[in-house]
Amino acid sequence: MDKLIEDFSLGLFFWQLVLFIGLVLLLRKFAWKPILDSVGEREEGIRSALAAAENAKKEMQNVTADSEKLLKEARAEREAMLKEAREIKDKLIADSKELAKVEGDKMMKQAQAAIESEKKAAVADIKSQVANLSVEIAEKVIKEQLSNKDKQLKLVDDLLGDIKLN
Amino acid sequence: MTKFLFVATIFVSMSAFASIEDGNDEEGEKSLKAEITEYIDHHLLDSHDFSLFSIEQEDGSKKHIGFPLPVILWDEGLKFFSSSKFHHGETLAEVDGNYYKLYHSKIYKTDAAGTINYDEKHHATNVKPLDFSITKGVVMIFITGLLMFLLFRGLAKSYAKNGSIPKGIGRFFEPIVLYIRDDIAIANIGEKRYKKYMPFLLTVFFFIWFLNMFGMTPLGVNVTGNIAVTAALAVLTFLLTNLTGTKDYWMHLFNPLGDSMPWYGKLPLYIILIPIEILGIFIKPFSLLIRLYANMTAGHIVIMSLIGLMFIFKSWIGSPLSFGLAFAISLIEILVALLQAYIFTMLSALYFGFASEEHDHAEAH
Repeated sequence: MDKLIEDFSLGLFFWQLVLFIGLVLLLRKFAWKPILDSVGEREEGIRSALAAAENAKKEMQNVTADSEKLLKEARAEREAMLKEAREIKDKLIADSKELAKVEGDKMMKQAQAAIESEKKAAVADIKSQVANLSVEIAEKVIKEQLSNKDKQLKLVDDLLGDIKLN
Repeated sequence: MTKFLFVATIFVSMSAFASIEDGNDEEGEKSLKAEITEYIDHHLLDSHDFSLFSIEQEDGSKKHIGFPLPVILWDEGLKFFSSSKFHHGETLAEVDGNYYKLYHSKIYKTDAAGTINYDEKHHATNVKPLDFSITKGVVMIFITGLLMFLLFRGLAKSYAKNGSIPKGIGRFFEPIVLYIRDDIAIANIGEKRYKKYMPFLLTVFFFIWFLNMFGMTPLGVNVTGNIAVTAALAVLTFLLTNLTGTKDYWMHLFNPLGDSMPWYGKLPLYIILIPIEILGIFIKPFSLLIRLYANMTAGHIVIMSLIGLMFIFKSWIGSPLSFGLAFAISLIEILVALLQAYIFTMLSALYFGFASEEHDHAEAH
């Protein structure tokens, strides 16, 4: 310890203080400040560039999401339209079927009615024709039977025999 | 850089060759050891001339190669003369009718015959004039400062020229600057207040590192191993810490327990605590100055002793062995040079961090 104090050089202490403080001040002005400033600036630049890239990425993602959404919507719309069309088609078919059936039934009924009336007319016609024919036949038969006297007399007899005054 | 360090290591390992000349006679063995011890002692001290090496001439006198430095004394007026007047301590310097003698790297005022009086502990009792000489240490401080200025000014300029991208040697130093900013300053002081300490931290780191590295060169300077230099640095840390101390820092110093206790409870504790806290303010920077001084001095002593061993062994086994050892220690010393610079900067930042702390008092300590 004695030796340390003995060896302590006040002059060197003084010069070290003066030179070192001078060095700190000089370097602060001419070296450290510009160095730290430009390093800071550079870091700030890198940071902002990274942030910008991040933003761009996010925006990109947004855009993709948007277009995807649009696509989805379009697809859904198409689906809906198709469905609607199909429904319309089905309805149309069903409706026309119904209509056809109703019309058919109506026609059928009319046909049946017509047939019925035709039938009736025909039957009536046949009846009248049969009646006419019978009359004609009967006329012819009677004409035949009454062609000679004998037969007329016999018929009168037969008829008289049938009547017998019941 | 590593190549440079490697070469520097080899040089420092050889730096003693020129000055320690061996005597071939038996008696020379003893005087050689004494000479080595003296050489090491001498090396560890600052010196008034910049001697690179000395050669022993045939007539036994030494021829010193180097250059003298200016001596500035305050002895009832400013005395200014060249250190060549001392002839490396061999002659008295006569200035304005006063005689000065260089004795163990210190300047003493003597009579015309150059008598040195000793007390019982063999300390010289002669008057020591205030010595503000430009010594070898001062020259090295100046050279290091100049080197740092040119280096970092260049780095700063290269940013301006290249659009914030370092060039050349700046590529090596920029990561170190950033490391000091991010892992020493911001980590210990905090994002908010680190900026004002940055010039000091950066300067102190590179200053100590460069001077430590210069100490490894054959120039043989031991600036950071000089207690006056480390003391000056520690004083600056001390002043910066306490002059920039926040209210919280002083509150913490004089009221370490805060409001956690009533005043009558704190009183007996504070009789012990506050003196310890106050002592702590001084012990912290003191530990800085002793740590740097002791580490660098010890490193120099070890390396120089190992180099000295080469001349004592003078055998084919011993000398290469001590050369190898000196080489290995030199490599370690290169690491220590960086490590000590880091520790000094780191601890300074830590103390600045204490000084600039700001927190809620409700917060637990």
